[in-house]
Amino acid sequence: MAKRIDVSGLSAFYGNHKAIDDISMTVEPRSVTAFIGPSGCGKSTFLRTLNRMHEVTPGGRVEGKVMLDDENLYGANVDPVAVRRTVGMVFQRPNPFPTMSIFDNVAAGLRLNGTVKKKSELNDVVERSLKGANLWNEVKDRLNKPGSGLSGGQQQRLCIARAIAVEPQVLLMDEPCSALDPISTLAIEDLIGELKERFTIVIVTHNMQQAARVSDRTAFFNLAAVGQPGKLIEIDDTERIFSNPSVQATEDYISGRFG
Amino acid sequence: MAFTPTQTDTAPPVSASKGSTGRAGDKIFSGLSKGSGILLLVIMASIAAFLTYRASIALSKNEGNFLTTFDWNASANPPVFGIAVLLFGTVVSSIIAMAIAVPIAVGIALFISHYAPRKLAAPLAYVVDLLAAVPSIVYGIWGALFLVPQLNGLNLWLDEYLGWTYVFDKTQVGVARSLFTVGVLLAIMILPIVTSVSREVFLQVPRMNEEAALALGATRWEVIRTAVLPFGRSGVISASMLGLGRALGETMAVATVLSPSFLISLHVLDPGGGTFAQNIAAKFDEANEFGRDALIASGLVLFLLTLLVNGAARLIIARRKEYSGANA
Repeated sequence: MAKRIDVSGLSAFYGNHKAIDDISMTVEPRSVTAFIGPSGCGKSTFLRTLNRMHEVTPGGRVEGKVMLDDENLYGANVDPVAVRRTVGMVFQRPNPFPTMSIFDNVAAGLRLNGTVKKKSELNDVVERSLKGANLWNEVKDRLNKPGSGLSGGQQQRLCIARAIAVEPQVLLMDEPCSALDPISTLAIEDLIGELKERFTIVIVTHNMQQAARVSDRTAFFNLAAVGQPGKLIEIDDTERIFSNPSVQATEDYISGRFG
Repeated sequence: MAFTPTQTDTAPPVSASKGSTGRAGDKIFSGLSKGSGILLLVIMASIAAFLTYRASIALSKNEGNFLTTFDWNASANPPVFGIAVLLFGTVVSSIIAMAIAVPIAVGIALFISHYAPRKLAAPLAYVVDLLAAVPSIVYGIWGALFLVPQLNGLNLWLDEYLGWTYVFDKTQVGVARSLFTVGVLLAIMILPIVTSVSREVFLQVPRMNEEAALALGATRWEVIRTAVLPFGRSGVISASMLGLGRALGETMAVATVLSPSFLISLHVLDPGGGTFAQNIAAKFDEANEFGRDALIASGLVLFLLTLLVNGAARLIIARRKEYSGANA
């Protein structure tokens, strides 16, 4: 299920502007890797290069390699659509399809993939995914109600259920809790702990306590100045990053001396 | 046609009185907006009252059944007139127009909003808006002098290959001054408004909904199918109703193209038929006082027909309101 991500020499551009510069890192399967760093350092951009969502932005362009086990996501014959089916994503703001019911939201990915499943099979996957997202008990009696009627935290878990329903190898999360209250945040963090048994998880967060709580490894990104491309400063075990980082800038950021 | 697409999607406005602190500006503005609202109702009511009054004069003296009579002899003694042919022609030509225009308009709107490169999309959108501004008499002249002869070939083709459907069986020879041609012309006329309203709606689809579909591994068409079209559904219905309203009431273009007759025939390629607006335009000048009242009675039916169509559209939209995306 879960796969290793191996990034080498990756740069991303918006038109002529270089947003991130020459990033290399390895993300282990069945682990949680957190990206931290000041605003504008390119951590979200980097995350979006991992499922080829960056190039959806007008002018978006990527150089370098992203290996998912043995396959280069930016290989010549690789279909970005297929990549996104393997590498799922959860966004900053909960974005369930407003026109669909809770059930249809979770089933959306399965229906897309063309594998027209039997109704009973679809029911199973939807139930399993909602249980996997710790949402089943709250919504099992109103699966046909619109997804947009849920609370923010429930909507975000619905989006997670939608993402894991298609059984991706990797789950990318772009500040998944930044629009949520502390209780909903806690629910998502607990969920991340459970999901890493099955998926490789990469999470961007502005909340350093969150990074410390949920992740096994932490990557610190920074930029030299506004307008300069973001760079990976270091990546290490989370415990080490938060106790004894090897780069001074990391320690300054974590202890709140800048950023 | 008091029907705009934005009305259908937005929440009811916050009551103006709540925020009022009694300042002069608030009072003036509140009075102005209340006055405008009431004025609109007064205008609507007086139109309805006028139509009903004049129509009742004519209807009380009508010797024929107003709904089922084919002929229109308001000046005969006793007067005999009915709307059967007009209602039929109006509805059929509008259905043809909608069937042709709505799919094409949605296609153009999607192309402009989601497929065309930006450099092409802007001028294309501008041209479409420009088409909406062409006066209907110009369409009428163009339709009569250019479209009618051009459509002869299409009519013969439809007759030959789809004649078995009865509807496309052409039983009379002659130029294509038929309900079908009128439908085609109306389709061209309503295409710009349906396109441009649909385009606006498609452009309002939140970026994050489209990204959600993309991140699930949707192709471009699947993004449109899962995120764009469902979101724009009520807007497209509104746009179609705007177009339908124009098609139902279109006068000059129909009067120029159609060769009217008081026959009901489902052979839409055969020349003949009539519509409410076309009939009023053709007869109004020569009609005496009573004849005009009779025409007004037919106008009242058209008025009710458009109200009915609008109401039906609102019902369709309201039925799926919680899924409209407005509460996202």
